[in-house]
Parts: sequence; structure tokens; C-alpha cells
Amino acid sequence: MSPRVTTPGEDFVRGVWRENPVLVQLLGLCPALAVTNSVANALAMGLATFFVLMGSSVLVSSIKRLIPKEVRISAYILIIATFVTIADMVLAAVVPEIHKALGAFIALIVVNCMILGRQEAFASKQPVGRAALDAAGTGVGFIIAMVMIGGIREVLGNGTFLGAALFGSGFEPWIVMILPPGGFFTLGILLLLFAGWEERGGAERAERTWRVPVTRRVSDVGPVAAPGGER
Amino acid sequence: MSELAVIFLSAMLVNNFTLVLFLGLCPFLGVSAKVGTALRMGAANVFVLTVTSLTASFLNAFVLVHAPYLRLISFIVVIASLVQIVEMAVKKLSPTLFRELGIFLPLITTNCAILGLAIFQTNREYGVWEGLAFALGAGAGLTLALILMASIRERIELSDVPSVARNMGLVLILAGTLSLAFMGFAGLLTS
Repeated sequence: MSPRVTTPGEDFVRGVWRENPVLVQLLGLCPALAVTNSVANALAMGLATFFVLMGSSVLVSSIKRLIPKEVRISAYILIIATFVTIADMVLAAVVPEIHKALGAFIALIVVNCMILGRQEAFASKQPVGRAALDAAGTGVGFIIAMVMIGGIREVLGNGTFLGAALFGSGFEPWIVMILPPGGFFTLGILLLLFAGWEERGGAERAERTWRVPVTRRVSDVGPVAAPGGER
Repeated sequence: MSELAVIFLSAMLVNNFTLVLFLGLCPFLGVSAKVGTALRMGAANVFVLTVTSLTASFLNAFVLVHAPYLRLISFIVVIASLVQIVEMAVKKLSPTLFRELGIFLPLITTNCAILGLAIFQTNREYGVWEGLAFALGAGAGLTLALILMASIRERIELSDVPSVARNMGLVLILAGTLSLAFMGFAGLLTS
């Protein structure tokens, strides 16, 4: 967090754009690759994660004075696990087919490091309103990334988008895209494209045009998957 | 006995946790820059997976039959405390190893492979021995994937890659290629 005062809009936009959890910070990759073989699954997973993130951020921010510092991580995990249990039961009751397709990955939202990261880095230090905005931004950023990866994989691997056929019968689907390797390839190519775009100054131009706040550069964030740094 | 071997091989190769099921990607991408670190990380994971499997069997048999809705919460509490105990034991017994593993030791808690193992084991209704074979296979597969990736990355370190590929993009493409290779194991256990 920068020391200067941030506006509510910046709290929201930061998670969508500069610190997009999947595409920039590389957090929450397990669900982003495992359940994105169709847009519907990706969207359901994104919404479930959004709900859990929103609920836990608001709750953690509201009771932050009651949580002793020594056991805060365990307390956050318990709060997150409670919301995941709720999401799991609701999905099983409302959309049983999707719940079945997502399988164990609903339960695995508990260990999505993106959610725990937002609690530790933001919700535990900020008032409820800002925590909710931050959670909404990060959640929307996650949904966008999920639908993007899911869209590419479903269109190329199955020739459909949300189940609707896009190409004529002459299209031969690239089966590999809906298989596990396709997930790695899609995200890898997206990251390469973004890196190339950024190198040519595309990110700065977009920020000037859309007035997206600059918080920090991708190169400062680095591979956040390794918080301690390895060397 | 052969059934246990099938579970072991299936978890290690055919349904490799990292490359086919996408579980435990954080350490796979974060700790795979050097073979030595990758190996130690793999060993720590094998240990936590094994103990988690035993504890999950125990919980499923005695506690969770009375309160199935507490499954997720109790699993995560068990895993978190287990990792805490392992951390304290390693710190006491071998301070050198403790320093080498550093931040990655506590981070095993949020490794989805561990919780994933407990959940899969419950869904498939494995007994104690089957669960143990499953945990060892999953751990071996995780370690294998980590070591393969670390060996490739050590060589890339010295080669001249385009500047756009210096970040994670290239590593993910490599992971995709490895995953493609592991798809070849899919026919291994059908006969």
C-alpha cells in the first residue's frame, strides 16, 4: 500500500487491473487452470470465489479488533472455510450439475492464496467499506481472468462458447485445449502476450487513456507465487 | 496388494497431482528454480501428505460420521496444526534444514494438494492402507514434477531467452509441455 490517500475507485480498480490476482500476481492458479475447460464452469467458480472473498473480507474487517495477532492466520482460514461450506451447500442445492463438474475444487477455494492474501494484506487493516471495495475489485479481476481463460479454451477446444456452437461442422476442435496441458498453454501464452504488450508501453498508454491508477509495476510484483524469494 | 500398487501408480503418473489435476501449483512455480530446494520441498510435502492421510482416515471413521458438514473446517484445522507441529519439530531437531526451507514450510498449509488429498480420499472412500498408498503416490508424483521442472529451469537460466519470456510465461509453457508428456501415461492402467 502506498502511504498516500487512495480514492474508493482506486481500491476497486487496483484488483481488476494493476494487481489482477491471476494475470499479474499469479495467485489462485489452481482453480484458474483446473476448472476453466468451459466458460460455464469458469463463471460458476469465479462467482463462488467472489462470494467467499467478499464475505470473508467484510467479516474479517468488522471483527479485526477481536482477533489476537498470534492466531490471526488460523482465524482467517476458519472464517474462509465457513463461507466456502456455505457456497458449497448453496451450489449443491441450486445448480447440482455445475457443482458436480467443479467437484473438489469448490472445497479447495479455502486454500486459494488470493483470498488469504487479501485478508492479511488489506481487510485486516482497513475499514469495512474499503475492504468490501477491495474484495469486489479482486473478485471481479478473478472472474475476468477465469472467463478469459475459459473462453479461449472452450472456443478452441470445443468450438463452442457457453455451449453455443460458433463454427460450422468443418471445424476440427483442438482437443488438447480442454485437456490439462491446454490450461498451462493458455495462461502461458496470455502472460507472454501481456509481457510483450507491456514492454512496448501498451500498459502506460492504456492507463493514460482510461485513467487507471498506477500503483506498482509488474516487475516490482514479480512472481508472487514465491513470497520469500528463493535466492 | 496389487490394488494398492494401482492406487500408487495412478496418483503418481496417470493423475499426477501437479501436472494433470493442477493441485499444488504455488510451490510448483515458486520453488522449482533449483533442484536441491525442489527435492527438499518434495520431501516435506510427502511427509505432510502421509500424516494428513492418516489423520483424515481417523477423522472420517470416528468424528465426521456424526457431523459431515464440519468436514472441510476440521480438515483445514488439522492440516494447519500439523504443519505447525512439523515446523516446530524441524526447528528443534535440525535448525539448518529449517533455515533452508524458510517461508515454504508454513506455506505447505495453503498448498491445495494437501487438502485436495484429504477430500479425494474421502470422496473415494479409501481405507487406511489405500489412503496411505494414495498419499505416497501423490507425494512421489509431486516430487517428480518439481524435480523435472527444476532441472529444466536450471538449464534455461543459462540460455538466451527473449525478454518477454523471462517471467512466468515461459515456465507455464514448459509446464504445459510436461503435462502433455504426462498425458501419455493415460493408457497405462486401463488394461
